[in-house]
Amino acid sequence: MSAVLEVSDIKKNFGGISAVDGVSFDVREGEILGLIGPNGCGKSTLFNCILGQLTPSGGEVKLDGKLVTGLRPSELNKLGVSRTFQLLQVFPKLSVRENLILAGQEHQGNMASRLVGRSDAGLTDTANQMIGFFKLDHLADEPAGGLSYGQQKLLDAAMAFMGGPRLVLLDEPAGGVNPSMLADLKDRLVAINREKNATFVVIEHNMEFVMSLCSRVMVMAEGKVLAMGRPDEVRKNPAVIEAYLGH
Amino acid sequence: MISFGKPLKIALGLIVIAGLIIVPMNFNRYGLFILSQWAVMTIAAMGLNLTLGYAGQVSLAQGAFVGIGAYAAAVMTTHGWPLPAAIVVAIVLSFAVGWVLGYPALRVQHHYLAFVTLAFSTLAFLVFRNESWLTGGIYGISNIPRPHIFGFATNKPLPFYYVCLGSLAIVSLAVWWLIRSPWGRAFMALRENPLRAQSLGIDTRRYTLMAFAIGSALGGIAGGLYAPLTQYIDPVPFNLSLSLDLLMMVIVGGAGFYFGPFLGAMIAVLLPEWLRFTEGYYLMLYAVAVMLLLIWSPTGILGILDRYLAERRTKAASALRAVAKSRLETVQ
Repeated sequence: MSAVLEVSDIKKNFGGISAVDGVSFDVREGEILGLIGPNGCGKSTLFNCILGQLTPSGGEVKLDGKLVTGLRPSELNKLGVSRTFQLLQVFPKLSVRENLILAGQEHQGNMASRLVGRSDAGLTDTANQMIGFFKLDHLADEPAGGLSYGQQKLLDAAMAFMGGPRLVLLDEPAGGVNPSMLADLKDRLVAINREKNATFVVIEHNMEFVMSLCSRVMVMAEGKVLAMGRPDEVRKNPAVIEAYLGH
Repeated sequence: MISFGKPLKIALGLIVIAGLIIVPMNFNRYGLFILSQWAVMTIAAMGLNLTLGYAGQVSLAQGAFVGIGAYAAAVMTTHGWPLPAAIVVAIVLSFAVGWVLGYPALRVQHHYLAFVTLAFSTLAFLVFRNESWLTGGIYGISNIPRPHIFGFATNKPLPFYYVCLGSLAIVSLAVWWLIRSPWGRAFMALRENPLRAQSLGIDTRRYTLMAFAIGSALGGIAGGLYAPLTQYIDPVPFNLSLSLDLLMMVIVGGAGFYFGPFLGAMIAVLLPEWLRFTEGYYLMLYAVAVMLLLIWSPTGILGILDRYLAERRTKAASALRAVAKSRLETVQ
């Protein structure tokens, strides 16, 4: 399997603190890679460096073998890299359907066609399918701000898939989601992974969720990669137990 | 947003439009001037509503763009060019200048952006006043002709009022189209959450510049109508206070609401006339009214309506849920 994403020696310093300290890894096509580590170990900073939201202090990011370090987030998204956020980042005043159409519209046509063309950019059907897929049917016309926390998390995830991305970085998708909805979410992620051949990188603190969802898990501590491997291997790794699971 | 029945909405709209066409036929010269001014200021406020209300970019320079449009129209029409050509130039010019003014917005936001645009507003005023070879300086430009539209002279107040009203209609339709298009959605995303917008592939730089440019272009159109309306312009009407007036129209009407500028401009242009009987007290009354309104509803007049309708919807929805729940319990 070829690597969709290759990250080599990424560094990010904030003043004298190095939040990410030379991280290298690759993500294979079609896999679900878990990314775990104690709070403050640099997981989200690493995401932000990969996605162009932060400029890395050093290192390279390659997408399908092409260098993409320093591209803006919107440019990366156009290349098929999408993300969800740790904190809720839906558009509260727009309806659920409008949120989804917004999430996909920049992948349709060009600036001119988006001005003179259809107001839904031809995405109403796709949005409705996504709404059905994430079981949000009864909420389609509600403002997103009125949804429960868990439902907004689902919407946030659904938005990441509207552009038909190849690679999705999910930052704590399970945080604050109740157990029954969590099973749904996992189910949906696995389905999209298989059907659409989308590759995922998932930051998560919920061990059960990560271990059952991911084919490989990478463990970070203090800005460095501590271990990388199959979930059962990582679980037994003494360094990991010491740094993280042991507490 | 507003959940009346659709036929009712259309009927209401038609009545208002018919009223705006028919009722002023009996108005005197001054009444028609005030109403034309309302139409012109609504166009300018719609531009600012786009930049500020929808895209969330603070601007204290809308008055300067009205000035740019007005001077473009005044200079060209007094040199024998037809008004439509002058308005096209006004649009292009204010679009281009607005685009450039958008660049600071890529770096600074909120109060800081307000200061940048405020400085621009002052700069524009100084150009109008000092570049007298073009603008006539403090003496201004007089004898600005009113246009012939399809061979009809619009010198008289009523025909020119229809020119203003027709322009307002065209601009309203264009803005309606724009805010319903994916562009409008992207503008709102810019206002609500630029970080998330970027991660969804929305080129926030380009949309920010567009929001400024289009909003400014509408200011230019308003200026292009203002010059032949007053038939005389000097720098004073286009100083900072016009920008502040336009800002107040947008805020009082309801920023980010389609009909906000119509209402805001009506209050700003007509209220002083209605309060005329209070003589010297009108400005004070106006100020107090605005303060009370914004304390009561920071989202403006349409914000009150929106809140009321949202509450009613929530009540209706929870009533439906209660009914559904009780049915479920009966079944069990």
